[in-house]
Amino acid sequence: MQLPPALHARLAGAPGSAEPLPVERDPAAGTTPFSFAPRLVRFPREHDFFEDGDVQRHLYLQDVLTQVGGAPERPRRPSARVPEFTCQVAGCCQVFDALEDYEHHYHALHRNVCSFCKRAFPSGHLLDTHILEWHDSLFQILAERQDMYQCLVEGCTEKFRTSRDRKEHLVMRHLYPADFRFDKPRRSRGPAVPGAAEQVLAEALGDDRVPSEGDAMEVCSEHVEPSPEPAGERRAYSHRCLTRI
Amino acid sequence: MIFGEAEIQQFLRLAQRGTEEKEREGALVSLRRGLQRPETQQTFIRLEGSIRTLVGLLTSNQALLQLEAARCLHELSHSEQSAVVEACLPATSYLLTYLSGHSSDFIELCLYTLGNLIVESEAVRRQLLPQGIVPALAACIQSPHLTVLEALGYALSQLLQAKEAPEKIIPSVLGSTLPQHMLQLLQPGPKLNLGVAVEFAWCLHYIICSQVNNALLITQGALSTLGLLLLDLAGAVQRTEDAGLELLACPVLRCLSNLLTEAAAEAVGGQLQLRDERVVAALFILLQFLLQKQPSLLPEGLWLLNNLTANSPSFCTSLLSLDLIEPLLHLLSVSNVVSVLVLTVLCNVAEKGPAYCQRLWPGPLLSSLLDTLAFSDTEVVGQSLELLQLLFLYQPGAAQAFLQQSGLQALQRHEEVAQLQDRVHALQQTALHG
Repeated sequence: MQLPPALHARLAGAPGSAEPLPVERDPAAGTTPFSFAPRLVRFPREHDFFEDGDVQRHLYLQDVLTQVGGAPERPRRPSARVPEFTCQVAGCCQVFDALEDYEHHYHALHRNVCSFCKRAFPSGHLLDTHILEWHDSLFQILAERQDMYQCLVEGCTEKFRTSRDRKEHLVMRHLYPADFRFDKPRRSRGPAVPGAAEQVLAEALGDDRVPSEGDAMEVCSEHVEPSPEPAGERRAYSHRCLTRI
Repeated sequence: MIFGEAEIQQFLRLAQRGTEEKEREGALVSLRRGLQRPETQQTFIRLEGSIRTLVGLLTSNQALLQLEAARCLHELSHSEQSAVVEACLPATSYLLTYLSGHSSDFIELCLYTLGNLIVESEAVRRQLLPQGIVPALAACIQSPHLTVLEALGYALSQLLQAKEAPEKIIPSVLGSTLPQHMLQLLQPGPKLNLGVAVEFAWCLHYIICSQVNNALLITQGALSTLGLLLLDLAGAVQRTEDAGLELLACPVLRCLSNLLTEAAAEAVGGQLQLRDERVVAALFILLQFLLQKQPSLLPEGLWLLNNLTANSPSFCTSLLSLDLIEPLLHLLSVSNVVSVLVLTVLCNVAEKGPAYCQRLWPGPLLSSLLDTLAFSDTEVVGQSLELLQLLFLYQPGAAQAFLQQSGLQALQRHEEVAQLQDRVHALQQTALHG
C-alpha cells in the first residue's frame, strides 16, 4: 500500500481542513432497488466486530501477567542488590540487602507514623484520622455534641457519634470485616506506662503481636465514658482480638 | 510443588510465630511457590484459619512479611476456580486500604491481585464496590509511578469489562475524577508512556462502547485528546518506533469511531480536531502500518474512516486532494470485510455528487470495481453495485466506460442471486439505455 509522499509532510504540517467540494445530490441516488445512504456506525459492547482486537488484547495481558509477581524470589523488575545496610530511623534495627525491600519497609513503618504514640499507618488518611481521634482534645469536646467519627472509606462523607456506630456503618454499608484491623478502639488510656497493661493482657491471651512502637495500625478510640462498662467492653474486644490472627 | 495440609500448616505456623525474621519470610516464600499449583491452592483454602492467618500477616507490622503475604494472595488470585478466588474476599478491604499508601511495589502487587480477583468473581465485585474501590482507584491514579499506573489501568479495565458494568460500575466511574485523570494520561507528548496509555485507552473503550454517558466524556475533551493521540501514533509509526503501537492503536480507533456517533460530537465539531485533515493523513499512515503488522485490525481503522467521511464533505474532499483513493483501493484484496468497508467509504465520497465523482474518475476505480464484481461474497458485490449506481448517476461517461470494459458480463454472473438481481437489472438498464 503505497502512500503519496506528500502525506507524511501533511501530517507534520499545520492543522487545517480541506475546503469542501460542492455537494449536489440527485434524488434518484440510493433509491429502490438501491439503498445506500452514508451512515455513522456504532458498535456496542460484546459485538462480534471486536473479536479479533479483543483476542490480541487478551494475549498481550497474558504475557504481562505472567511477569508480575515474577520469578519465585523476586518481582519482575530486577532488584538492586547492595551490601547489607540497616534502617536509619531511630529505634529501628531492620537489616536489608535489597533496596526495594527497604522501600516497602520504610513506607509501611516509618512514613505515616504518629508522632504522639509512634503507631504506624498504611496511609496518610488513616494517620490523620488517628491523630484527630486519639490525640486531639478538641475532638473529644466536639464529639460530645456532634457526629465526629468519620467513615474510613475514601469518598464516603458519613459521620458518626461513636466509633461503634462508625464500625457498624463500615460493616453494614461497606461490607468491611467486623474485625477490620484499622478500626480498633483504644485499649487503655493509662498515661503512666502506655501499653504496659495491655502488654500483659495480650501476652496472657497469647496475642503474639508486640504492642510497642511496632504495633501498627490502630485507628480509632472509644470516647471514654465515666461508667465502668467500657472496661468490660474493652475486655470483650480484646478477647475477640484473640480469635483473629 | 504440591503441598499437603500438614506442610501448609507448618509454613503458616512458622510465618506467624517464627523467631527469626528470615525464617518467617522464608516460610511464606515456600508457601507461595506451592500456591502456584491449583492442588495446593485448593488444600490451602480448605484448611481452617488459613486465609485468616494470611490476612493477619498481610496486615502485620512486619513489612517484609506483608509483602510476602501479598505475593501469596497474588498467587491465589490467579486461580480459575471461583472457590479459591472467593476465599480471598476477607483480604479485599485491606488491599483497597493499601492503595492509598506509598510503597509503589506493594501497591502494584495489590492492584494486580485486585484485577485478577475482579475478573473471576462477581461476588468479589459485589463486595468491592461498596468497599469503595472507585474512590480508592481515583485517589491512586494520582501516583507518579508508572508501574502503579499500569497496574491500576489493568485493574480498572477488568472492572469495566464486567457484565454488570454498564449498570453498576460505569456510572460511578463516570461520576468520579477517574475519566479526567485517564484523559490526562493519554495526552501525547514526552510524558506519554505506552504501557500506561494502552491500559487507559482500553478502559475508555469499555466505558464508551457501553454507551452510558459518552456526552460527558466529550465535554471533558475526549475527542480532542484522542484525536491528538491518533496524530501522535502516526508520528511514532513514521519514526518506526513500532514496538507494540498496534496495542494502543486498536482501542484509540474504537473510541474515536464510537464517539463520533454521539450527538454531542456534532456540537464540538467546530473544534479543530474533527475537521483537521491531518486526522485523515494519520489514519492512512496507521492503515499502512496495520496492513503490515496486524491486518486483522484493518476493519477497525476503516470503521473510523467511514465515520469520519459519512457526513463530512470536508473529509471526503481530503481523501481526494491527498490522493488517498488509490491506496484505499489497494486494500480491496485483503478480505471480504475490509472490501465492504472500503467500498462503503468510496460510496460516502461518491454520494456527495458530481464534483466528487469527477475526481474519482477515471483512474483505477473502474478496474477495481470490475475485480470486486468477480467476488462471490454477496455483500462485497452488493456494495460494488451501490457504488456503480452513484457513478453512473453523477459521472457522465462512466456507464460507457463500464460497457467497454465488459461490465455487462461481470454483472451477468449475479443475475440469479436473490439479494443482487434487482440491482443488477437496474444497472444493466442504465448502462444500456442511459
